[in-house]
Amino acid sequence: MTLKESDAPDGMTPSPSEVRRTRASQRQLVWWAFKKHRLALVSAWLLAAMLVVIALCEFVAPFSDRHRDSEYTTAPPQVLKLWDTDGPDGFRFGLHVDGYTSEQDPRSLRITYEADPDDRVDVGLFVKGEEYELFGLIPMDRHLIGPKDVEDPMYLFGTTTDGQDLLSQLVYATRVSASVGIIGVLLAFLLGIVLGAVSGYFGGWIDNVVQRLIELIMSVPSIPLWLGLAAALPATMGPVGRYFIITTILALVAWTGLAREVRGRFLALRSEEFVTSARLDGSSHARVMFRHMLPSFSSHVIAALSLSIPGMILAETALSWLGMGLRPPAVSWGVQLQDASKWSVLSGAPWLLIPGLCVVLVVLAFNFVGDGLRDAADPYKH
Amino acid sequence: MTDPLLEVRDLHVRFPVRRNLLGRTTVENHAVSGVDLALVPGETLALVGESGCGKTTLGRTIVGAQKATSGSVLFEGEDLTAMRDRDRARYRRQIRMVFQDPFSSLNPRFTLRQIIGDPLVATGEARGSELEDRVAEMMRRVGLSPDYMDRYPHAFSGGQRQRVNIARALIVNPRLVVADEPVSALDVSVRAQILNLLRELQSELGLTYLFISHDLSVVENLADRVAVMYFGRIVELASTADLYERPQHPYTEALMSAVPIPDPSLKGRGGRILLPDELPDPSNPPPGCAFARRCRHAVEGRCDTGAIPLEDGVRCVRREELDLQGIVATQS
Repeated sequence: MTLKESDAPDGMTPSPSEVRRTRASQRQLVWWAFKKHRLALVSAWLLAAMLVVIALCEFVAPFSDRHRDSEYTTAPPQVLKLWDTDGPDGFRFGLHVDGYTSEQDPRSLRITYEADPDDRVDVGLFVKGEEYELFGLIPMDRHLIGPKDVEDPMYLFGTTTDGQDLLSQLVYATRVSASVGIIGVLLAFLLGIVLGAVSGYFGGWIDNVVQRLIELIMSVPSIPLWLGLAAALPATMGPVGRYFIITTILALVAWTGLAREVRGRFLALRSEEFVTSARLDGSSHARVMFRHMLPSFSSHVIAALSLSIPGMILAETALSWLGMGLRPPAVSWGVQLQDASKWSVLSGAPWLLIPGLCVVLVVLAFNFVGDGLRDAADPYKH
Repeated sequence: MTDPLLEVRDLHVRFPVRRNLLGRTTVENHAVSGVDLALVPGETLALVGESGCGKTTLGRTIVGAQKATSGSVLFEGEDLTAMRDRDRARYRRQIRMVFQDPFSSLNPRFTLRQIIGDPLVATGEARGSELEDRVAEMMRRVGLSPDYMDRYPHAFSGGQRQRVNIARALIVNPRLVVADEPVSALDVSVRAQILNLLRELQSELGLTYLFISHDLSVVENLADRVAVMYFGRIVELASTADLYERPQHPYTEALMSAVPIPDPSLKGRGGRILLPDELPDPSNPPPGCAFARRCRHAVEGRCDTGAIPLEDGVRCVRREELDLQGIVATQS
């Protein structure tokens, strides 16, 4: 890895590629290495797309999260078609879906829906629909996709047992679940990095106190702990307050692993001469810790960060699924999956599992990105 | 006689090894036990001795990277060891350290600009273009092209890294530089360049050096005086010429005999003195001379009882009786 260079103070002029390599910052080197990891790169794009969906959630979802159509409960997904040939005037171009015909079973009273090719529902891009405020600021009524007539049914992923559009709900749930994961992990990281750094850097009794605290938290089984904390929340609490409290609870339990990792790194680095030297240069303890030492493994921290988001998302999903986390009208993946927890419902409506698929996809994506980052984090090792 | 720039008085540094249940130290290692030293402005004092003799600990205590257990370090008459951290900070720029390991002493995530300029940034002394000018000036001084300012240490060889180390130490215009084995990690060919650089910088900037080394051949050309350290104590302190010609302590003699002689025609004269590996236990120092058990001139009953003082720069009870062999003149 070391370049062949003579010890002569004024060497020959370096070649362009050498300049590129020797002047590359840590960030650039990591990016070059990360790009080689295909799966991680694809996952990163997927996550980027998810972030866009989260930001533009009201626009992307065909209906709002309050939309409810009691005419169509547990209706199956429709197929989006680009043209139809058997309409009244032969071949016709244009986005559309087939409407539904319903039929009630006389014995079980269960209503089943069938696609009806004769009932054409025109679908458009950037259609007028329900009004909303983008980013909570800009009043708009356009939706990325939706039925041209708001009253028409267009349920690409089917509907829930309550008659809500699963796709719209999924888009809103992604915002809630992914942001719980990301915000929760950021909170946990703040705690973990500060406590881990202090613990490893100063050592002695400070280290002892922090480590015993971590052991205490780690020794309590996490699901009962979440449940206990969540059960203590007043039932009257609004969805927003509940969302933040749940996020904080998850973070308070999750910081320990990272604190351990950071502590280990600080312990290892503490005896390096550049740390002593930084102190002798007149840096304060905080400056040595966060300016000199932390950057040495910031890429590892970022990798660990993306690796721990899935845990957080799964925790929220589990908690909400058990009915102790978020509750309707708030929608998260866990809340959505509650619908799918009864076999009698699921057997007739397998599309209710789509949110579960979404969880798997996002969790895998975060894991691949984390893996890629971790491998890329040490460009000097190759 | 000029006033000393730095004075070390009866300095002790002990490291706790084991504590009892109450947190009291029960066993401790004596790294430095009772060192007295004085450096006059402009001189180079070499501190030599084998690994583990406490020379690095002594250097670290002088720059303030290690706390003294007792005794004092005086800089221009001011006692640094009694100072609180905040007062001591003013002296950090006066006494700087050049580290031994050119790899672990440079932050791999910093560019040379950040490494060399860090002392100025940390104290808020310079920033922006002034910072850049001073870093560039310092890089030129130590023989590095300022064009390399935005490169990372991984792109440099050991010798170049050591130049960076020196630049970082000197950028705050110190008076005293503690160089902890600055060349022992370098190739022999590069070694001479760095030593020459240190010598040039000394005369240009009027620096005083405390040069720590285990290699007597390196010291010979650089130092005005040499202090030989053994087991946390100074056993001999003399001018370089005197010490090399007429060592007065048996340990110094043994060190001298280990210096390779480049002239084959002189081979065989003197001969190597091989010391047995009987190092005393640093947590339980023996009475009398710490070197007695390894010394070929030791006399039972005289060398292993009572404290032996440093007299006329030698810590040996038999110094008057012995006729010891120095380095055979290598320049002919």
